[in-house]
Amino acid sequence: MEQHAAVASPEITFPHEPASSTKRVWKVFWILLIITMVELSFGFTIYFIHKNPNFNEHLVLAFKGTIVILSLAKAYYIVSVFMHLGDEIRNMIMTIVLPLLLFIWFIAAFLWDGYAWRNLKNKFNRDLPQQTQPQPEGRKPGALD
Amino acid sequence: MSTTVPAGYKWWSGGKSPFNVSYGKLMMWYFLMSDTFTFGAFLISYATIRMSQNYWPDPNHVFNTFPGFGHTNLPLAFVSLMTFILIMSSVTMVLAVNAGHHMNRRGVEKWMAWTIVGGLAFLGCQAWEWTHLITGEHAVLINGKIQEISTTVKGNPWGPAVAGLMHDGHQVNTPGPIAFGGFFFGITGFHGFHVFSGVVINLIMLIKTKLGHFEQRGHYEMIEKAGLYWHFVDLVWVFVFLCFYLV
Repeated sequence: MEQHAAVASPEITFPHEPASSTKRVWKVFWILLIITMVELSFGFTIYFIHKNPNFNEHLVLAFKGTIVILSLAKAYYIVSVFMHLGDEIRNMIMTIVLPLLLFIWFIAAFLWDGYAWRNLKNKFNRDLPQQTQPQPEGRKPGALD
Repeated sequence: MSTTVPAGYKWWSGGKSPFNVSYGKLMMWYFLMSDTFTFGAFLISYATIRMSQNYWPDPNHVFNTFPGFGHTNLPLAFVSLMTFILIMSSVTMVLAVNAGHHMNRRGVEKWMAWTIVGGLAFLGCQAWEWTHLITGEHAVLINGKIQEISTTVKGNPWGPAVAGLMHDGHQVNTPGPIAFGGFFFGITGFHGFHVFSGVVINLIMLIKTKLGHFEQRGHYEMIEKAGLYWHFVDLVWVFVFLCFYLV
């Protein structure tokens, strides 16, 4: 007879039933592996697109955006299944997940700022020492500043 | 898997955790959340600086070597191996936690040992990659002179190529943005330090399992808490991999 673990703490009202098999773990392993393979194939696609000097920038951006979404999917599976957050009660999940929404603003604001900074430098400070590269052809100076 | 809670159950009436988890596990979750913001701040500052530059090195060009293959152009290959090692060690960690749920001491010992092996393998890969970048010199045109520089926090040989200029059979570049090395070594180093401390924590858990501490306690919750940390390390790598090697 297999014995089960005791409840870890008197604070816990409803102990989780331990998983009877490791099927779910291996399923998530295959999902993570396949997503990583797809990400790598997109990475190689970008590599070959870059070989053409007149490559389509929007196509590269579309591939990069898809890779970002796939990485978020990987994060979801790791947190939800491997870290068992999906098995916790809803209030607990929300105290972890809701603060992370701040990242939406962080990413939007800081990337926008970086882009505006580049445009300002290109427009006004052409001789700054850290400005090692001339701005590429066709980029409109002064956008977003 | 989810437990059915009777309707109207009073979670907040005191005497128990309103989140149905032990204090230690809840605090591990909040620590990991704060660490997410630390890594997030690092990665976002990297992205901001990268956006502010007209040129940024192509990762497929910088990270294209594999140990034992010399100068063969193998973009993404080595980092794929590192990613696979970390995913694998995450799986062995879940299996250790699962063995702990079933009070299977031998299982916990076996899977914890494999997780430690995975962590050490990852650290070895990172040590090789750092050494390769710091010692590998490339011809760069600086102030009208060709100099051999390597990738450090003070130098970046991965700028745009100088058209038609070769040196010892290699293409000569102009210097790339200085920030590249600082962000790469800073962020992968901070992640590597997490992996290292994770390996130490896992080692302590393995020793405590072998000494029978958790068996006496009647549960293996410490393995779960160490597991949360270890999965977090894997989770951070997903985004380091994304930001430095893929996009």
